[in-house]
Amino acid sequence: MNPPLSRRDVLRRLGFVAGMWWAARAEARDIPGDSVYQLRAQLTDQDGRSFELSSLRGQAVLVSMFYSSCEQVCPMIFETIRLTLLALPVADRERVRVMMISFDPARDSVAVLKATAEAHQCDARWALLRAEDAEVRRIAAVLGVQYRRLASGEFNHSSAIELLDTEGRIAARTGTLGAADPGFVKAVRKALSRQA
Amino acid sequence: MALEIVRRATRIVVCAAAACGTAMAADFITVPGGRFASVLPQGPVPTVSVPVEVAAFAMRATPVTAGEFLAFVRAHPEWQRGRAPAIFADRRYLVDWRSPVLLADGGAADRPVINVSWFAARAYCESERARLPTWLEWEYTAAADETRRDARADPQWRRRILSWYERPATTSPPRVGGAPNVFGVSDLHGVVWEWVDDFNALFIAGDSRVQGDPDTAKFCGAGALSVIDRDSYAVLMRIALLSSLSAADTTGSLGFRCVRPGGERP
Repeated sequence: MNPPLSRRDVLRRLGFVAGMWWAARAEARDIPGDSVYQLRAQLTDQDGRSFELSSLRGQAVLVSMFYSSCEQVCPMIFETIRLTLLALPVADRERVRVMMISFDPARDSVAVLKATAEAHQCDARWALLRAEDAEVRRIAAVLGVQYRRLASGEFNHSSAIELLDTEGRIAARTGTLGAADPGFVKAVRKALSRQA
Repeated sequence: MALEIVRRATRIVVCAAAACGTAMAADFITVPGGRFASVLPQGPVPTVSVPVEVAAFAMRATPVTAGEFLAFVRAHPEWQRGRAPAIFADRRYLVDWRSPVLLADGGAADRPVINVSWFAARAYCESERARLPTWLEWEYTAAADETRRDARADPQWRRRILSWYERPATTSPPRVGGAPNVFGVSDLHGVVWEWVDDFNALFIAGDSRVQGDPDTAKFCGAGALSVIDRDSYAVLMRIALLSSLSAADTTGSLGFRCVRPGGERP
């Protein structure tokens, strides 16, 4: 049996609940109108954990879309992001997060995402993500990514890498593949300088 | 027994009048499936159009009207002008309305809603347990005329559709409810452009000569698509427009309609 609560306990607990409510409310209210984090999407990462885009709020994020069975450009996207991270000063590298969102939820299961992450030596900074088809279409729409499933099961897709600032706004975009784009690296550093 | 039937019928009528769900129950027409060759190649080879099987679906008989969209934003204030986040709707969202909850003028309720973004259109369709049509579903339905499921080879049909595009754009589109095609669906041509769910899948190569040498730095996979039937100017104009848009964009001549899968009834 629990001991009876003192009035101070009750007030403290009420205060805590009110504070939580206020914090949650403020967080929802604060997301800017032009932020990608306005999108409440249900995603799952390579470890099978559920993932919210806005969970990376407050950090600089590189984001791109891919599919695991892709043999042409997609491996180059992973490589380009790796080179972009390497182009940053050592202290900055660890502070950048990466979101890779799959076009292909039918084939990119959690296990496949995990294997892809390992194949590209993605560390804890990287989230390889899957979502249902309709959700993928919405995510591509906010990111300005064009894609199309072909009868062969392959995908046609545009292949830009985008930088989200700490509020989830698209701050920069690069179409350069196979090398770090100096202008893009500069934009990442700028976003990091605003990161608390 | 008879009384029970009357009572049930009454309940249904009351439900319809009180608008169960959103607005008034929209008319969804069953469009039977069939084989269809899109102007956009659907098969494995990007330069060869292979007919594909289109599954049956049910499509709204007319585009969503301004009146229907007004009922939607009243029920879903987060989609009112001024409240919808910028990433979901640009600054011209519902710009023609007098206020966030008032239409432009008395006659606007049965005109198609315009100045709506893809996100807003999608949210509307979800509110009536439907979705936006895919490009293939839209093109398939729009290939019909009053008597034929596929009238595209008829030069007269092509001329008639093209003549709409020659008309100067007016401030407000005509009222919905034109002559239905063989499926029973109206206003696919001659009223407004319409969003499709996969508008961001319609990127096409500017010139078929680039097909052998796809710009793989920009497009992964087999490269951008080429259009097979270059005589279908009217359809090509739609594709060109849709492929140029971002999902938050709105224009004064772009509306939408919704579909439900498999021709199921609400």
